[in-house]
Amino acid sequence: MAALQGRVRQAWAIARKDMRIYYLKGPVLIFGVFMPVFLFLAFYMGGRDLSPAFLLAGLMGMTLFFTSTAVSPAIFPWEGQAKTLERLAASPASIATIVLGDMTASVIFGIGVTMVTLLIALGLGLPLLHGFVLAAAILLAAVCFSALGMLLAVPPTNVPSNIMMLSSLLKFPLVFISGIFVPLEELPSWGMALAVCSPLTYFTDIARYSFTGTHFFPVAADIAALAVFALVFTVAAVVLHRRTMPRRM
Amino acid sequence: MPGVIEVSGLTKVFGAITAVDHISFEVREGEIFGFLGPNGAGKTTTTRMLTGVIPMDAGSVHIFGHDISTAPVRARQRSGVVPETSNAYADLTGWQNLMLMADLYGVPRRRAEERSRDLLETLGILERRDQKVQGYSKGMKQRLILAMALLHEPELLFLDEPTSGLDVQSTRMILSLLRGLNEGGTTIFLTTHNMDEANQLCDRVGIIRDGRIVAIDAPEKLKAAIERLHRIEVSFDGAVTADDLASLPGIAGAGRTGDKWQITTEDADAAIRSVVALSRERGVRIVTLQTLAPSLDDAFLRLTGEEGR
Repeated sequence: MAALQGRVRQAWAIARKDMRIYYLKGPVLIFGVFMPVFLFLAFYMGGRDLSPAFLLAGLMGMTLFFTSTAVSPAIFPWEGQAKTLERLAASPASIATIVLGDMTASVIFGIGVTMVTLLIALGLGLPLLHGFVLAAAILLAAVCFSALGMLLAVPPTNVPSNIMMLSSLLKFPLVFISGIFVPLEELPSWGMALAVCSPLTYFTDIARYSFTGTHFFPVAADIAALAVFALVFTVAAVVLHRRTMPRRM
Repeated sequence: MPGVIEVSGLTKVFGAITAVDHISFEVREGEIFGFLGPNGAGKTTTTRMLTGVIPMDAGSVHIFGHDISTAPVRARQRSGVVPETSNAYADLTGWQNLMLMADLYGVPRRRAEERSRDLLETLGILERRDQKVQGYSKGMKQRLILAMALLHEPELLFLDEPTSGLDVQSTRMILSLLRGLNEGGTTIFLTTHNMDEANQLCDRVGIIRDGRIVAIDAPEKLKAAIERLHRIEVSFDGAVTADDLASLPGIAGAGRTGDKWQITTEDADAAIRSVVALSRERGVRIVTLQTLAPSLDDAFLRLTGEEGR
């Protein structure tokens, strides 16, 4: 029990360090708040015949996805470059604890910025029909996307731009196959086959359910899929970082 | 008594290069062990394996009896590390860096604050504690790194070139602190290029060349081992001839440079006694007397094959 408390304290210390250094910066916060606002306006003024509830649900998915994966892939390369990762590696914190600490900061940042989108939705008078389901989904999806961010940091390069490029290559296509721009029911069969492979699909489906009451997959299936993705990504991130972290030193 | 650090057959290979080649040694409790070697000899790679930062390819390392490969957390809990490159978080203040270390090493908050204040005061940077590290000088950063390594009161301290590039004041402060820590029982593993530092501080030194240990011994023994003949330099306030000195027991030869005699001998102790006896016998005073034993620099250059390169 004491050992677990010690690990939690270590992970939280790493998360606070990340927030101070990487997240609580003026430009990062401003970007985090403005990005969903501008994305919403781009959607809203795009002239497509989509309901505000559909748009907001998709926007919430995109916001959570982009913010949870915005900084976490670059932390290891930055710290490898600055040699501060060696400081953590020489401490009693295990690699799993370091990964979970970085994920925690990413989860908090992702949820915090997603709340802005939620406030926009509520401010526009959209009814929140299933608040508890949405809260659970936001938490699970934030963990899932943050773990994906850590997974993107696995290649042992200390050049952040390399990782960010890899990250963009994966993230942007994922948005197009996750039912954000096109409702899932309108996707062709090949599109549907891709959509089920994206964790963002399940979160967007729940967000839509929370505001409109309609959904494509059963809600329990959405939640289960997010949980499975979160678990698989987290375990994979820890296992793979154990292999590659020493090569950053 | 088992060693604090026990290294057996430690090996690290990078591609076609064997950076560390089956080295074995032991560091005893309470000693300052110097780890010397030319650039690229494998010092930092060895230190990184000892601290568990990089994995080894063969061999074993035990820290306080804990295998660094299978129980790294336990091994690291009792040791502190001052790495080669100053690696405090530049965007955090000195104080925030110390509190991060306290959380990583499980030091209770109140104890961590007391200890941080004491360390920063001892190291002369208490008044800068709330300033971001990016505004610190190199010496201040190194002192902070030392404070971070000492916060949890480690029984074993790894230091990789701790005074490299520092001003005299910072160097003296750090060396004085290390002596004090060692007197208090802390075992120190010190990697350094500075022979004078190693000579002054270390109980034993290990010399590594091309990834292999070429010698491990006390600095004085290492110096003595490389030179069969010792030299003694002596000056008198009266007349003494070369024949007077050459005829003394234990003296192999004597030559004069200015007002000083350079004596060569296999037995420095016997030669000094003879010279003192001669001065009494002749009624001349000894003005200066010093042994010119090989320096640790000489030993290092000889043992690492750098001499004459």
